[in-house]
Amino acid sequence: MPVMILFAASLTVIGAVMVITRRIAVHAVLWLVVTFLALACVFTLLGAPFAAALEVIIYAGAIMVLFIFVIMMIGPAQPESDREKEWLRPRAWLGPAILATLLCGELLFGLRATPHTGTPAPITPRDVGLSLFGPCVMMVELASFLLLAGLVTAFHIGRHRPETP
Amino acid sequence: MTALPPGDALLLAVILFSTGLAGILIRRNLLFMLMSIDIMLNAAALVFIAAGAKWHDATGQVMFLMILALAATETAAGLAIILRLHARGRPSLDADTGNLLRG
Repeated sequence: MPVMILFAASLTVIGAVMVITRRIAVHAVLWLVVTFLALACVFTLLGAPFAAALEVIIYAGAIMVLFIFVIMMIGPAQPESDREKEWLRPRAWLGPAILATLLCGELLFGLRATPHTGTPAPITPRDVGLSLFGPCVMMVELASFLLLAGLVTAFHIGRHRPETP
Repeated sequence: MTALPPGDALLLAVILFSTGLAGILIRRNLLFMLMSIDIMLNAAALVFIAAGAKWHDATGQVMFLMILALAATETAAGLAIILRLHARGRPSLDADTGNLLRG
C-alpha cells in the first residue's frame, strides 16, 4: 500500500472523527477543512483532478465561509454537552457498535475479493464538460432549479419579519 | 502517481458515511449536525467518483457536480434556519429546542 494513499485516506477519516467530537464549533470547522483537503487528495488519486479542484474551491472555500459567517453571528454557546455525554453510556451503543463492526469487517472482506482493473487514466475536465453539456444536460437544469430553490428558501427564511402577536 | 483502487475508495466512503451518521446521532448542536451532513454528502460523492474511475466514465463527475450543488443548497438553507432560530432569542443551538415552530 503506497504511502500517499494511506496518508490521504487516514487523514480524511481522522478529520471526520475530529469534526464530530470537538466541543467548539470553530475547531470543528478547521478539522472539516482538513477533511475536505484530504478528500481532494483522494479524488486526485482516483484520477479525478477536476473534482479535486471543485472540492477545494466550493467545499473548503465557499461552504466553510458560510459556516464561519454563521458562527461569527451566533457566538460561542455550548451548554448541551452534558446531555450528550449522558447519552453516550456504553449500555446504549455497545450492541449496535459490535454489530456494525462485524458488518464493516464483512464488507471489507467482500471488497477485497473484487478484482481491480489496473490504474485508471485521469478523467479530464474536457470529458466532464462534454458529458455535462452533451447527454447529461438535464443535470445542469436540475442544478439550476436546485440552486434557485435554495436561494428562495434562504431568502424567505432569513428575511426580517416583525413578530406577530 | 500511484492510484487508489476503487474498492478501497468504497471502503473509505463507508467509513466516512458512518462517521457522519454517528455525528448526526450523537450531537445535538445544529451546526455539528450540518457538518455531519456535509461529511455524509462527501462520502456519497466519493462513491460516485470511485465508480467513475472504475468504469472510466465522466458521468460520475457529473453526479459529483450535482452533489456539490445539493450540498451548497442544503448548507445555505440549514444555516438560514439556524440564524432564524437564533434571531428568536434562543440561547442555545440545541436541535431539540426547535420543536415548536409557529409561522
